[in-house]
Amino acid sequence: MKALLLYKDRDFETDQALPWNEDALTQDLSLNTLFEAMAGQDKFVLDIARKVVLSGSTDLDTILYRQEILRDCLRNPSVLREAYQVAVDAIEEKRKSFWAFFSHRSPGSVLYGAIESLQIFVSKLKLLRNIADEHEHEFRSSGFSRLVAMLRQELTDEYFEEIESHLRYLRSDHDVLVSAKLGAGNKGTNYILRKPPDLRLGWLKRVRLAVSRKSEPYTFHLDPRDERGAEALGNLRDRGINLVANALAQSADHIQTFFNMLRTELGFYLGCLNLYERLNEKENHVCFPIPSPVRERRHSFSGLYDTCLALTTSAKVVGNGISADGKNLVIITGANQGGKSTFLRSIGLAQLMMQAGMFVSADSFTANLCSAVFTHYKREEDTAMESGKFDEELSRMSRIADHVTPDSLLLFNESFAATNEREGSEIARQIVTALLEGRNKVFFVTHLYSFAGTFYEAARENTLFLRAQRLEDGTRTFKLEEAEPLETSFGQDLYERIVANSDDTKRRNGESYES
Amino acid sequence: MKADRGKKKELRSTQVKNTVEARTPFYGILSGRPDADSLNGVTEMPECFSDLNLDQVIDTITRGKERYELRPFFYSPLKDIGTIQYRHEVMRDLEDLTLLDDIRSFAQGMNTVREYVELSTKLSYKYQKERWFLDAVGVYCDVVRNLLGDLTRADVKSRGFLAFRDFLATYVSSNPFTSLCSETEIVLSQLSQLKYSIIIRGGSFTVRKYNSEVDYSTVVEKTFARFNKGATSDYRVKFSDPLEMNHIEAQILAFGSQLFPDVFHDLNNFCEKHSDFLDETIVNFDREIQFYIAYIEYLAPLKQADLKFCYPQLSEPSVNIPKDAIQLYDYECFDLALARKLVSEDSPVVCNDFYLTGQERIFVVTGPNQGGKTTFARMFGQLHYLASLGMPVPGRKARLSLFDQIFTHFEKQERMSSLRGKLEDDLIRIHKILEAATAQSIIIMNEIFTSTTLQDALFLSRNVLQRIIDLGCLAVCVTFIDELASMSDSTVSLASTVASENPALRTFKILRKSADGLAFAMSIAEKYRVTYEHLRKRLLS
Repeated sequence: MKALLLYKDRDFETDQALPWNEDALTQDLSLNTLFEAMAGQDKFVLDIARKVVLSGSTDLDTILYRQEILRDCLRNPSVLREAYQVAVDAIEEKRKSFWAFFSHRSPGSVLYGAIESLQIFVSKLKLLRNIADEHEHEFRSSGFSRLVAMLRQELTDEYFEEIESHLRYLRSDHDVLVSAKLGAGNKGTNYILRKPPDLRLGWLKRVRLAVSRKSEPYTFHLDPRDERGAEALGNLRDRGINLVANALAQSADHIQTFFNMLRTELGFYLGCLNLYERLNEKENHVCFPIPSPVRERRHSFSGLYDTCLALTTSAKVVGNGISADGKNLVIITGANQGGKSTFLRSIGLAQLMMQAGMFVSADSFTANLCSAVFTHYKREEDTAMESGKFDEELSRMSRIADHVTPDSLLLFNESFAATNEREGSEIARQIVTALLEGRNKVFFVTHLYSFAGTFYEAARENTLFLRAQRLEDGTRTFKLEEAEPLETSFGQDLYERIVANSDDTKRRNGESYES
Repeated sequence: MKADRGKKKELRSTQVKNTVEARTPFYGILSGRPDADSLNGVTEMPECFSDLNLDQVIDTITRGKERYELRPFFYSPLKDIGTIQYRHEVMRDLEDLTLLDDIRSFAQGMNTVREYVELSTKLSYKYQKERWFLDAVGVYCDVVRNLLGDLTRADVKSRGFLAFRDFLATYVSSNPFTSLCSETEIVLSQLSQLKYSIIIRGGSFTVRKYNSEVDYSTVVEKTFARFNKGATSDYRVKFSDPLEMNHIEAQILAFGSQLFPDVFHDLNNFCEKHSDFLDETIVNFDREIQFYIAYIEYLAPLKQADLKFCYPQLSEPSVNIPKDAIQLYDYECFDLALARKLVSEDSPVVCNDFYLTGQERIFVVTGPNQGGKTTFARMFGQLHYLASLGMPVPGRKARLSLFDQIFTHFEKQERMSSLRGKLEDDLIRIHKILEAATAQSIIIMNEIFTSTTLQDALFLSRNVLQRIIDLGCLAVCVTFIDELASMSDSTVSLASTVASENPALRTFKILRKSADGLAFAMSIAEKYRVTYEHLRKRLLS
């Protein structure tokens, strides 16, 4: 039995390796803000949200499959929460159960531990079945429909009765029938507990009857004072139930794995639901993105905003719209504090969220899937020595180059500026040119005018130039518009406002947009 | 017991001779000579062992193999080149790693046989003892047949292995052995097919024949199959399985023997019939082959560290005429004990070359302390001793000499009670050595007479060395007295060296070079930066 809510045909592997650059992604795209909003107080959801978002899919069907399921969840929030809680309870109650505190040193304690776990699990499986029965018709997605049908089909009352009859039999303390063979030195070995021929008839009775009827000759009665004998006999009994205790404990593990998986996969959708509700509070719209195949070049959207900024600011965030279909290079220039970094982050976040199967923060959004997302951001905290900083930047670039596969999306934020403009531009040009020829898509926020200018003069069809908008009076709208790169980034304005101008309100406003 | 063994062996070799005329009789894997048993008597460690650190080497080699009592073999240097070659041949065969593995599994099997036989005598319940005995015979049959198969497959060339293979072939196809094997198999298969059930109640149990009841764990697995996710933890509890039976188990076995009387009757007959199943020649082979295996195992880590070993050529010791031209050498050789230690610490091992040619007989080693002088002296003795065992020796290529005895005189700190006492002690020991030594001996002296004045030391050393020169035997003499190095045509001056670019670094290389003492003094000055160049720079700054 599998939940199959993240993939049509397989479990989500919670221990899969995350991309090598998960730290950089998390830092550059403020992913922790996103994860925390998804998790609420639930650490488990935080963990699963992180894993799913960072290990996005490149398979269109998988993404659409999840979108469908997520739509179901957004329509039935209480059912989702109820089912998630059942899975949580199953795992927690088992963890706190009496026998869980015993080490598994004897087959007896293994057996009783397994029986206790199974009793807990059976009661939770019944709850799940009830939820399935009750809400059978409220789910439209193929994922949930399958799950509901499976629960109703596999977890029948007869099946519960079969399990319970085993548990009843194994729990009771009665005579056992154990088979054995001769091992080394003619000592008994291969002790195996045998099932009484007919469980319902009462095997105990049958054996007793058999013994009394034939009065079997090879019977040995222990002296009541023979403690070592009793212990030896107990030991044989333990050996006998060893295998069945193992089988039962493993079965309990398997069911626990089912609950874990259910919790994991529902947990992701619960995270999405939480995020949806958080964004809704401030009337931030979301939409389900339209993904297109990896090989295509699409990037068109309207009202795209930075999810994380929306989560942390009280102000209304500004959305951007561009249509960059067919483009593989987007160069963003323009005023400082003009929303360039925020825009770049919204691109990255939308890409990850889309590939995780989530909605995105936009009015509409379509983009091609990419094989991987990389961020290369200027790092402020590094060494004061310029040469060391540049060295570090290139070494990071080199590590990225180790991992880039065709159809990657690379986000550069003021990279390679830790040297003079000409050298930095030349290096940036060489790197970007190589990346484009390697069939990748690049978004590059830069002040390196020579770099931007070179591409502008080349007038490639598949380059798009965006510029942070600046009105005539110098105020910023935080909107990006399609425009050729300008040689100055209006640092002068910034200086004016922050240093020369004492308007506090304006300043605070500006700071909140700082990336 | 020992006499017994001898008698049996004689019987067997005559038997073999009678049946197959052309075959060489097999006297043992250590020697092709009928007197091979003489190797067994030596239990006393040769005196030179501790000075040469051969005691450490042999300790390590024999560790974990105590049951084979290999020490006597290592304490018996050979005097005849024939037997040494016999061993070289065997050793070369064992370079075939497959054969080596085969021999190892044979040894393991024979161990198991011994263990089982011991259990069959030690344990207390009849059918338990008998089963261990049966199992011992079963393992023995397999092991012997496998060994013959392995030796037939392997391309053995040595006289030792060829003769042993012939012996084994005759033995394995002999009637007694084939019927031993088939009887074992019959009884074993009968026992292994027995299956019974125990009904365990609170205070009693019943044993009866197994009646095909279903394994309950498979029933459980089937019920929960729909949740199966593949691998999970193993919850089977491991039971300690003492070899002894408790009285409950014994009672169950007793009931079992009553349930299946025929099978246990056969077992009983078998044990009575085959109480003496081990063949003495095979038992001896099992022990003696370990001499080679043990040495190979000692060399393994050294070979991995890229150290070289070779089969030395051997020359008879010069026949009492000091004027005989000799030719001895070993290239890229090293101290076997030290190398083992260094390799285990991942430190590099320094190899040295030496040769003696024409009239040369005696190495006089001088040079800085801690430069490898003692190690060189020790190594010279080791190499000759190991060669005399018929073993490969450290080095890429070697020609070494047989000897009648190796004498060593190494300074011993702990013996120093008073100066006079020590000097006297030294002289007494040296006198004894000179008395006992012949032209065929090897003498190794390390830093003698350090406890007296230079004048005394010079006088005594010269005299002792002259006696050795006159004797015409091989010798290594480590000394701080440069004058000794050029006493005669038969002495060769060697010196330990330091790296020229950094005198503080010792190279542990011992080279042929005159003991002028100058390079030595200079290197010390370099080391302390008190040369002219150094001092000028230092004083300037």
